[in-house]
Amino acid sequence: MALLEIRNLSKVYQRDSQMITVFEGIDLDIEAGEFLVLMGPSGSGKTTLLNLVAGLDKPTAGTISVGAAEVTEMSPRQLAAWRSRHVGFIFQLYNLLPVLTAYQNVELPLLLTHLSKSERREHVMTVLEVVGLSDRADHYPRQLSGGEEQRVAIARAVVSDPTVILADEPTGDLDAKSADEVLTLMQRLNGEFNKTILLVTHDQRAAERGHAVMHLDKGVLTG
Amino acid sequence: MAIPVIYNLRSVRQRPVSTLFTALGMGLVVLVFIAMMALSRGFRSALVATGSRENVIVVRSGADSELISGLGRETAQTITGMPFVARTPDGRPLASPEVYVLVSLERLGGGDALVTARGINPEAFQVRKNVRIIAGRMFNPGAPEILVGENIVGRFAGTEVGGVISFANRDWTVVGHFAAGGSAFESEIWGENEQFMPAFRGEVFQSLTFRMRDSGAFQSIRQTLEDDPRLPVDAHREYDFYANQSYLLTRILSFAATFIAGIMAIGAIFGAVNTMYAAVSARAPEIAVLLTLGFRPLGVLGSFLFEAALIALLGGLLGCLFSLPLNGIVTSTTNWQSMSEVAFAFRVTPELLLRGIGFALVMGLVGGFFPAVKAARQPVVQAARQGTIA
Repeated sequence: MALLEIRNLSKVYQRDSQMITVFEGIDLDIEAGEFLVLMGPSGSGKTTLLNLVAGLDKPTAGTISVGAAEVTEMSPRQLAAWRSRHVGFIFQLYNLLPVLTAYQNVELPLLLTHLSKSERREHVMTVLEVVGLSDRADHYPRQLSGGEEQRVAIARAVVSDPTVILADEPTGDLDAKSADEVLTLMQRLNGEFNKTILLVTHDQRAAERGHAVMHLDKGVLTG
Repeated sequence: MAIPVIYNLRSVRQRPVSTLFTALGMGLVVLVFIAMMALSRGFRSALVATGSRENVIVVRSGADSELISGLGRETAQTITGMPFVARTPDGRPLASPEVYVLVSLERLGGGDALVTARGINPEAFQVRKNVRIIAGRMFNPGAPEILVGENIVGRFAGTEVGGVISFANRDWTVVGHFAAGGSAFESEIWGENEQFMPAFRGEVFQSLTFRMRDSGAFQSIRQTLEDDPRLPVDAHREYDFYANQSYLLTRILSFAATFIAGIMAIGAIFGAVNTMYAAVSARAPEIAVLLTLGFRPLGVLGSFLFEAALIALLGGLLGCLFSLPLNGIVTSTTNWQSMSEVAFAFRVTPELLLRGIGFALVMGLVGGFFPAVKAARQPVVQAARQGTIA
C-alpha cells in the first residue's frame, strides 16, 4: 500500500453562479521515500492538489489518505493536530515570520509537541546544521538571502520529522544558484533521510531532481 | 503550547506609531476614569476620616445631618451624665455638645461659600483624637476667638493667625489653625460653643459627641438612649454618621466616572479595533503559516487577543502615569448632605491604579475580539498565497 493514496479526487469551485472544475477523478499513489515532482502550467491546480493533501482545503469528492490517516475524513481540529505531526510544508515565498529569528522560526512546529526546551534546541540545531545555517540561528529573515530564507523554511518543514514534505514552487522566487542549493538539499533529505517529498513546480531544473515526474494539465494527471 | 509570546511582543514593536496612538487613546480614558474615581475616593475618605468608631454622635430624632438637628441643654446634660460616657482622669465627661451652623465666607479667589462653624467645648480635642493645633493657640473661653481648619487657611479672607473674620454680626479673631487627619473637620471653623450659641441659634446645641467607655457596647448604648422617653434623639456611631454623609456625592461621582469614561472608552475601543484589524490584514500570510504548521484557530485567536491586551496594558500604564500627579491635589466641593464646603485631596490609590489597568484591559480585549476572530477564521489557502512576509 502506498504512503499517500489519492482516489477519485475532484475539486470544483463556485464563482458567483459559475462552477469551475479544477480537476476531476484524479488518482495518485506516492510510495514512502519517493520524491515525486508534479508539473503543470499556472492555474492547472497543482497548488490546490497540494493544499488538499495537507488538509488545508476540502475536496468536492474523493479521498486522500496518508499512512493510516484519512485526511478527507478529519475535522479541522484533527487536521491541525495531524498536520503538525505529519506534514512539512514549504512555500514559494518562504513565509518565515519576520519578527522571529531563524532559530525561533524553525522551533515553531516543535512548540506543538511535548518536547522540552533542551530537546527542542537539539532538534533545531540539528536541522539548521543539515541545511548549513547553524551559524545563522540568531539572524532575522531580513538579514538572510532568499536562498538562505528558503533553507530555513525547509529546516522548519523537517524539524518535526514529518511523514511527508509538501513543497509548493520552492525555487520559484530564487536565482539559479540558490535554486540549485535548495534542490540539492531536498534531494539530500530524500536520499539521506528517506523523506517522502511531493514537489510542485513548473521549473524544469526542479523536475530533473525527482524520482518521477507527473503532469497536471486541464484537470488531467498524466505520468 | 501556544503561539510564542515573543511573536506578539515583537509584532507590536514593529508598529510603534499605531501602537502608541492606540495606547495613548486608552491611556486618556484611564486617566479620566482614575481622576474621577480619585475625586470620589478623596471626598469619601475625608468624611470617613471625620468620624471615630469609639465615639457616638447624638442628634435630634429623625435628623440625618447636624444642620437640621437641635438638642436642648438639658438633654445634653442628661446624656453626658450617663455611665457609658468615658471620663477624663479628673472625672469630667469626654463629651462635646456642639453648635453647628453654616456661615458665608468670602473666597480669596472671589465669590462666597458656606463654611461650617462648629461651637465646641474644650473636651472636643480629647474626644476627637485626630485633631491637633498646628499653629497659634487654643481659643480662650469667653473670648470671641476661633480656630481655623488647615484646609480653609489661605482659601478664605482673614484665615491667617491674627486675622479677623466677621459672621453673626461679630468679629472673630483667628488665634490658631488645626489639623484633623485629612478629615472634613479641616474644612471647619471651631470656636467655643457657649460663644457661638447666643450668636447663632439661641439655647440649643445641634449635636453631642461623646467617647464610649466601652466601644463594643454601642448597640446597647443606642438602645438606652433611643428608648429613654426623656430623650428625643437618634444615636449613631460617629464613623458611620459622617461616612453616610459622603454617600450621595460619592455615588454620583462614581456613576459619573463610569458613565463618562464608558462613553470615552467606546472611542478608544474603536481605535483598538482599527489597529488590530490593520494588524490582522497585514499579517494574513503569517497567520496562514501558523495555521498550516498546525496551530489551532483558537491559538491564533488567543494570540491576537493577547496582542490587543498588550497594547491595552501599555495604555493602562500610561493612564496611571498621567494620573499620578493628581494625587494629593486639594480641591473642594459642597457636601450636598451638610450643604457646607468640604475641601479634600484627590486620592489615587494602588487599588484605583489596578482598576484603571483592568479597565484598559477590558477595552483592549473588547476592541481586539472581532479582529482576533477574523484572524482565527482566515481561509489559509488564499492567505498563504497572498504574498511574501519576510
